[in-house]
Amino acid sequence: MHRITLTVNGRRRTAEVEDRTLLVELLREGLRLTGAHIGCDTAQCGACTVLLDGHAVKSCSVLAVQADGRRVTTVEGLAKGKRLHPVQAALKAEHGLQCGFCTPGLVLGLVDLLVEQPDPTTEQVRAALDGHLCRCTGYQHIVDAALTAAKALRETGAREGPEPALRELG
Amino acid sequence: MYTAPFTYHAPTTLRAAVRLLRAHPGEARPLAGGMSLVPAMRLRLAQPEYLVDLGHIAELAGIEAVDGGIAIGAMTAHRDVERSRLLARRLPLLAHVAGTVGDRQVRNRGTLGGSLAHADPAADLPAAVLALEGVLHTAGAGRARRIPAHRFFLDPYTTALGESELLTRVVFPAQPRRTGWGYEKLENHASRFAVVGVAALVNVGRGGECTRVRIAVTGAGPVAYRARAAERALAGRPLTAQAIARAARAAGRGVEFLADAHGSAAYREHLVAVLSERALRAAIARTGVSL
Repeated sequence: MHRITLTVNGRRRTAEVEDRTLLVELLREGLRLTGAHIGCDTAQCGACTVLLDGHAVKSCSVLAVQADGRRVTTVEGLAKGKRLHPVQAALKAEHGLQCGFCTPGLVLGLVDLLVEQPDPTTEQVRAALDGHLCRCTGYQHIVDAALTAAKALRETGAREGPEPALRELG
Repeated sequence: MYTAPFTYHAPTTLRAAVRLLRAHPGEARPLAGGMSLVPAMRLRLAQPEYLVDLGHIAELAGIEAVDGGIAIGAMTAHRDVERSRLLARRLPLLAHVAGTVGDRQVRNRGTLGGSLAHADPAADLPAAVLALEGVLHTAGAGRARRIPAHRFFLDPYTTALGESELLTRVVFPAQPRRTGWGYEKLENHASRFAVVGVAALVNVGRGGECTRVRIAVTGAGPVAYRARAAERALAGRPLTAQAIARAARAAGRGVEFLADAHGSAAYREHLVAVLSERALRAAIARTGVSL
């Protein structure tokens, strides 16, 4: 067993974990943050994607003990009260989800992309979606949402400075 | 699914890591980015009793210019190779190939050394490291070794590394001025591994002849390899369409082609020729020479 301390969605959390506990299990079962989903069990589907020190990772392939001392952002950490994060708002507005299973991972994947590339091309968005399997939408509406979110983030960024969630990550 | 139980160690020095591996021969595995090992452990294809995480050993990460070339620490993530300005200038083939590995999340976490030491026969990076004539530096119980890339990959998932020997860095010689490069792969759309991938580096002389060429192939056979017959077919010759096509056809000579759900042996043989020609043409175009 290891006693680890990590910052999850801005809050310091301490947990006892087994050597083999995966980060996604710590988040879902230990911390009751069930936004990170377990889909494929083999690191392909991307439903478990979270940010680790600001970078999108598949939390089913990271050990919980490896997150000791580090910063984790899950989908629960993005909205400000009732105000959705621009990526979430854009997915809703553009019908970028149906069943929603892949959505939380996808949101974090897109946040990771937009921190690095605030004005991505359609091709860059599609390439960034490689690690996210969606069986409902056919992706087109997700791509639309990503471009809408990018525009919204650039506009708020120009008006109010970078989105706090992005500032923290960047 | 849960992995089998194991004991996790996170040493902060190379010496401590080697000591841990030596203490548990056959039972301990080094953990790099974990993008292959952790899923394999979840499927119980791997059940090490000890995991030695190399992620806390500072000297294993980073990219630097060294005397006569570039050194990249084994624990450098694909994303850092992909985005390095130094590599974009000095080893653009390597930066490009790192950007074709897996997906964004995998590149954020997977490492150069992890990919090479895992030696998946369909991995992209072995082709780039072979073509660029990288030298793999190791540390272990005995003396540190320097293994040229062409002696490193022995069999699928099998390398020249000893049981408690770690890959520490890969050192690449400086490339001649105006080296053109190309990497062409047909990828498995689910995993992004190469069904076949071909890396090519070409230098062109004043008379339009090929002064130097290096070609490396992954995904075709049990291990990635340098296509020496193809290189010999092109080196010193004028870069005509015929000469390129002839070299490309020689790139699969002597290979024991893999056959699996992603392609028959005959299909892979065909891909090696087609992708070699495309990689050579891309490399030649990047030297500024038009065919």
